[in-house]
Amino acid sequence: MNPVGLSWAVALGGTVAAALAALAGPHRSRRVVVGVLTAISGAAGVAAGVGALTGSTFTVALPELLPLFGLRFHLDPLGGVFVAVTGGVTMAAAVYGIGYTRHGLDGRVAQAGVPVFVASMVLVPAAASVATFLVTWELMALTSLLLVLAEHRRRQQVAEAGLWYAVMTHLGLMAIMIGLVLLAAHAPDDGFAALRDAAGGLSPAMSATVFVTTLVGFSSKAGAVPLHAWLPRAHPEAPSHVSALMSAAMVSLGAYGIMRVGFDLLGGGPRWWWWLVLAIGVVSAVYGILQAAMSTDLKRMLGYSTTENMGLVLIGLGAGGMFAAAGQHVLAGLALAAALLHVINHAAFKTLLFLGAGSVLHATGTRDLDALGGLRDRMPATTALFGLGALGASALPPGNAFVSEWLLFQGLVHGLPNGGPGTYVVVPIAVAAVALTAGLAIATFVKAFGVGFLAKPRTDAAHRAVESPATMLVGMGLAGAVCAALALLPTRVVPALADAVAVTTPAVTRPAVEGDLTLRLVGVTGSLSPLLLTVTLLVAVVGTAAGVRLVATRRARRQARLWDCGAGPMSARMEYTATSFAEPLQRVFDDVIEPEQGVDVTHHRQSRYLVDTIVYRRRVPDRIERRLYQPVLALVRAWGVQGRRLANGSVHRYLGYGFCSIVVALVMLAVTWS
Amino acid sequence: MSVIGGVAAAGLQVLAVGAGAPLLIGVMRQVRARLEGRVGAGVGQPWRDLRKLMRKEPLSPRGTSEVFRIAPLILVATTLIVAAVVPLVTTASPLDSVADLFAVVALLTLGAVALALAGIDTGTAFGGMGASREMTIVALVEPTLLLAVLAVSVRVGSTNLSQIVTSTLDDPARVISPVTVLAATALAVAIIAETGRLPVDNPSTHLELTMVHEAMVLEYAGPDLALVEWASAMRLTVFLGLFAGLFAPWGIATSGSLAALAVALVVFMIKVAVLGVALAAGEVFLAKLRLFRVPELLAGSFVFALLAVVASFFLA
Repeated sequence: MNPVGLSWAVALGGTVAAALAALAGPHRSRRVVVGVLTAISGAAGVAAGVGALTGSTFTVALPELLPLFGLRFHLDPLGGVFVAVTGGVTMAAAVYGIGYTRHGLDGRVAQAGVPVFVASMVLVPAAASVATFLVTWELMALTSLLLVLAEHRRRQQVAEAGLWYAVMTHLGLMAIMIGLVLLAAHAPDDGFAALRDAAGGLSPAMSATVFVTTLVGFSSKAGAVPLHAWLPRAHPEAPSHVSALMSAAMVSLGAYGIMRVGFDLLGGGPRWWWWLVLAIGVVSAVYGILQAAMSTDLKRMLGYSTTENMGLVLIGLGAGGMFAAAGQHVLAGLALAAALLHVINHAAFKTLLFLGAGSVLHATGTRDLDALGGLRDRMPATTALFGLGALGASALPPGNAFVSEWLLFQGLVHGLPNGGPGTYVVVPIAVAAVALTAGLAIATFVKAFGVGFLAKPRTDAAHRAVESPATMLVGMGLAGAVCAALALLPTRVVPALADAVAVTTPAVTRPAVEGDLTLRLVGVTGSLSPLLLTVTLLVAVVGTAAGVRLVATRRARRQARLWDCGAGPMSARMEYTATSFAEPLQRVFDDVIEPEQGVDVTHHRQSRYLVDTIVYRRRVPDRIERRLYQPVLALVRAWGVQGRRLANGSVHRYLGYGFCSIVVALVMLAVTWS
Repeated sequence: MSVIGGVAAAGLQVLAVGAGAPLLIGVMRQVRARLEGRVGAGVGQPWRDLRKLMRKEPLSPRGTSEVFRIAPLILVATTLIVAAVVPLVTTASPLDSVADLFAVVALLTLGAVALALAGIDTGTAFGGMGASREMTIVALVEPTLLLAVLAVSVRVGSTNLSQIVTSTLDDPARVISPVTVLAATALAVAIIAETGRLPVDNPSTHLELTMVHEAMVLEYAGPDLALVEWASAMRLTVFLGLFAGLFAPWGIATSGSLAALAVALVVFMIKVAVLGVALAAGEVFLAKLRLFRVPELLAGSFVFALLAVVASFFLA
């Protein structure tokens, strides 16, 4: 067994040990033991993933573990990226979980669920046969469902979120299963290697069917519009360290699935496949960030932001596929590297943001931005770390997502003149969507950070907040350090992704960028140096501060009253809230998001001219959900009501049903046997 | 040009922008005053204001944090870096490979974000209002700005500014095309919105219904306010210089000779002054748009930018 296999096995062994310790160990030390063991697994996962990326792959077959099919694993560079992402997120979330789960989340099941969930996410990218993939995928869905439901006794909404998640994730699984089984039916066995060989002989209609059905399943896991409805429900209701694992690691596996099936197994495919992916990406990115900009629930906002970021990843994948189909392999490599880098960047800053949101929830008991504020004085470390994450998420320099969005832009800019027919329509729209997304993301995260952490506390809960325990800060610090490293040293990361990109499109032979300090695009012109830019920015800030000291008066800084129009100190009620901050944007995008708002004025009993109370209501429902899901749900409900007539309690009737079904089955067998 | 020459030329750009920006504001105010039949305070008044503010005692409003104090520094720093990167006088800036046109746009946005956070940090209704409005405008300007960037960089095949400028200098005929007109229109509207000029924002108003930029910076006083004012002036200068450089780059020095640099400096000042005077003269005839009419203006410029990109493909 090579070092990659060894660390992969250590990662799995660590999670098993953690799960056993959670189930059988003493209650007192449970949190610490589980947290430490899971974090070690995470570190081993990072080692395995990075090892696989540097070229040493690893294969293992366990034929006796699963009847009929057996389990087969093969960790290649593409899987390595996602194993490393899972490992990294796990390290931060597991350490954070030691402190976070102290109150109410230290039961056996909730503690054992996390390592098993991690194990499933380490297994999925390494699965090398259809049966293995489906079994580990389902294990991942079930354990995450269990964790989403962990706090079902505390809040009513958890059950509803769990139901949505359970139904949608299983519909997604069905779609993936149908697609992969259709593909496997044309191959001698269900191993990915056999599928790869068989894909060449498929008819275009069949391979398109396989691609589209799996795309439905994978995009539902990635939270892409219109199959995103579970995401903004499940992520807020899950415990925060689980939200981080789900949002940063699990959701990315949707993108992994599209890359594995679309590129690796089916070998690319015609251009329209990737236009479809690009269209889903564009809609997801814009719609996701628009909903995030309107949202006042901190974790719901982060959930919608996940939809947005997965949309950006899908834009990268779509552009990559489109360029590959046009034979532009340099551009395809650039776009795919951008997509993979964005997966990594998103995982880093989203882990940090969800953990930060968890700390806020832990300290104040609320996720409502309108009820927060003033946390910078009470939780300085959390504020600084959340600010770092927000900088990353808003794609501004020196944040980390800026680099991946820059790469994505470069791919699109250079793809416009020579990306093949149709690109002159597709690419400008994609650029406009990415740009609008970038602009709205800035507004969204200024809102989240500014309203949530700066200014004055708006409620007593925010006023009484205290800084989180050390383990939570360490967990966030780990994620923050990774964010900073990714922001400053992408020159180390992007070339390492070359092997993973080569798995998807073997024609790409060179890394997309080169250079030690400066990212220089290979094959096309363009350069950026995040490290030097950050250094220059720091020098300029320090230089300006020194210049001011030199020029300005030497008098000491004095505290002064805020401008209150001479009416005395202002109360926190006069501050802008998250709702009011987003109001102009809500008005601008009125037609797209269709907010529900109303004003109820109650007049005084004695006179119509005197007003007693005014109640303002505003809700931004998910429009796609209302238009798309409600009719389906109503139809299913109507069927259920109709179906009741079949079941009237008579045993004779039920026996008749059984008889009829056997007859039908036999007839079908007789017809199809030959 | 040698590296030292490049550093010196970039330093010259920063000096020119830093010293010239308040003068540009002075010229624009003077033009406006004369057109309105007033005498005006003179071209040097913004510099006298800055000197006065620098001598005042620094004040921190109660309840604000470090964010409020650092924001003006970040605003100035980002603008200074952009002044060093953009080929205003020379195409040989050593920072050219460090930051391209996207990075320049992002850096200028970073300054706006820092100021918006400072506005929220004060915890007053004005600060929040200004920040909310500014972020709305930024979110809507971003697509126009980046699409216009795309339109001008597609024909060059690079987003690095010196290459865009050099390619136009080498082949002036390329500028004369519908793409340029469309992209220039879109970029002009985006620049007006980003720098808070009429009809998007009125820089000289302090009426709560209409303030955008001024609402955010209402709590600043003394040296902090001086930095904010100086940075706003430099942002306007840099944006106008960028506009001139993209669409009329003639005069920008491609060699390191002192004579070329001197000529380039003079030409840069003339170009920016002409654009500034045109902007100021135009503003006399414009009223500020209602805030919720601004998106319509920006959507219009967005369509122009999109047309520019599509046209750049067809006409290539």
